[in-house]
Amino acid sequence: MIRFDGVTKRFEDGTVAVDDLSFEAPAGKITVLVGPSGCGKTTSLRMINRMIEPSEGSILIDGTDTGSLAPAELRRGIGYVIQHAGLFPHRTVLSNVMTVPSLLKWDKKRARDRALEVLELVGLGGDYAKRYPGQLSGGQQQRVGVARALAGDPSVMLMDEPFSAIDPVVREGLQDEFLKLQEALGTTIVMVTHDIDEAIKLGDRIAVLRQGGRLAQFSSPDDLLAHPADDFVASFVGRDRGYRALSFKTAEVPIHHEAPVRLGDRLGPGEEWRLVVDDAGAPLGWVHADEVTGPLSATDLQLGGTLATLGGSLRGYLDAALSSPSGRGVVVEGAELAGTVRPDEVLHVIQAAPRATGETILSPEEPA
Amino acid sequence: MSVWGVPLGEVWSLTLDHIYLAGLPLLIGLLLAIPLGWAALTRRWLYGPLIAGTGLLYTIPSLALFILLPGILGTQILDPVNVLVAMTLYTVALLTRTVADGLSSVPNHVRQAATAMGYSPLRRLVAVELPLAVPVISAGLRVAAVSNVSIVSVAALVGVSQLGTLFTDGFNRNAMGPIVLGVIASVTLAVLFDVLILGVTKVLTPWQTAGRSA
Ligand SMILES: Nc1ncnc2c1ncn2[C@@H]1O[C@H](COP(=O)(O)OP(=O)(O)OP(=O)(O)O)[C@@H](O)[C@H]1O
Ligand SMILES: [Mg+2]
Repeated sequence: MIRFDGVTKRFEDGTVAVDDLSFEAPAGKITVLVGPSGCGKTTSLRMINRMIEPSEGSILIDGTDTGSLAPAELRRGIGYVIQHAGLFPHRTVLSNVMTVPSLLKWDKKRARDRALEVLELVGLGGDYAKRYPGQLSGGQQQRVGVARALAGDPSVMLMDEPFSAIDPVVREGLQDEFLKLQEALGTTIVMVTHDIDEAIKLGDRIAVLRQGGRLAQFSSPDDLLAHPADDFVASFVGRDRGYRALSFKTAEVPIHHEAPVRLGDRLGPGEEWRLVVDDAGAPLGWVHADEVTGPLSATDLQLGGTLATLGGSLRGYLDAALSSPSGRGVVVEGAELAGTVRPDEVLHVIQAAPRATGETILSPEEPA
Repeated sequence: MSVWGVPLGEVWSLTLDHIYLAGLPLLIGLLLAIPLGWAALTRRWLYGPLIAGTGLLYTIPSLALFILLPGILGTQILDPVNVLVAMTLYTVALLTRTVADGLSSVPNHVRQAATAMGYSPLRRLVAVELPLAVPVISAGLRVAAVSNVSIVSVAALVGVSQLGTLFTDGFNRNAMGPIVLGVIASVTLAVLFDVLILGVTKVLTPWQTAGRSA
């Protein structure tokens, strides 16, 4: 657990970057600091490992005031992922990742094995270890940055916009991997981003900071979406927060049976949209009877349409239904087809949901 | 056996003297310039005075230095230590700025990452900043090497023997042979120093040559 206790940072030139900040980042969870540029996110993060010293207040890690520890030693116990990876260009990937274990004086073999293990963990096993950072793509460098922070088995990780320099598709994948990793390791993480979507996806707790380094709101993602504390938070959280809030709602939605076809099948007359699955029962795509002559081939498939997971969020169901060319949202269980949902029925459930869960999707300033 | 009227054995021993008098100050000067350059960079107020001060050193005429140093150091005028000290001063003059430039060429985020990993400032200098400054420092070192090889020959005027002795010799005997030989030997030596520095740099910076592999 990391506790900020009335922390203020005033730089020498008088800039107040962080103003009387107090919150608690729970152990084993991800806490995200989010806010507009210059609101003091990086400063707050760097005060945790004392790369920046607080002017007032204290920061406690598991009850110990960080101010009472030697900075270099404190930092070796805290993983730090710096923006744009900040890898050492003169060292191989392996040696980059071995940095903290070496500083901790682990024996060479253990440090090496551990480095290879975490590289594997971030999906850079094998040959990558021998390369120099200059020989990696930006996304790969970011992964090495994460691996390097993990290598010393830290119980606390600080991450400054770790996924910012990566294109949206790869970023999404990395975020998913990261969530799995975090769940497996149980590390206490404080992460900085200026992307509210990322904050909501990854955070167990979100601290919204406003200009001048003041805390605007500290709450769980669903609470942030449902009850923004004020206009600043509401506008920062964005317009489609009503839709995004559905990410945190689950409810029973009627699942219709869908009779799938397979590649090679012939479609009978009068059939419109049909769902094609592979031999394992995993959905491949939709075909329209009017546009197909002869046996079904892969080129007939119309892709598009997201897949909802059975028992997943209402957002998943609604998105699957809205994005399907047939108007029938595909639901899977594992990889296998479970059935389809209809948009009107999903909406019906959403309308009923607030009462069912005892929560309101509307924000407090809007009359319910 | 002799070349252009100079015994081969003498050419060889003069060359060794020259290597010693120009090369050793290069190493010592580099070792001194590293802490000076670092200090100039990490204590902002030191930067101006240090860079200006060491820069001025280079403008002191070498002959004046060779003559003045014995008085300051209490050495004999013929003592090669005078030359070693003078050449070290010139090297420091050239390299302090180079080291400061090289260290400041290290990207800030790399330096911050090193700090965040738990390097103490000194270890960070040795393990991260200096290795990354090698290309810049090496460029400065090449200039200093050529400059040393050339300036050292002036020491022949105060009687310290090295390849410059061939010039005074040729002048006194009114013979072209030793002078031409001296020029060729000095130039060759400068090229050898240069190649050596380039080679060492290459060994120290494998990351620079590792191409983007497929
Ligand atoms: N060393 C410093 N001296 C003076 N002011 C500083 C210093 N470092 C940061 N600041 C100021 O403190 C404020 C907060 O900076 P910080 O880097 O924490 O912002 P941030 O929230 O991380 O912004 P971004 O999203 O752009 O990275 C800014 O106004 C910045 O100009
Ligand atoms: Mg920042």
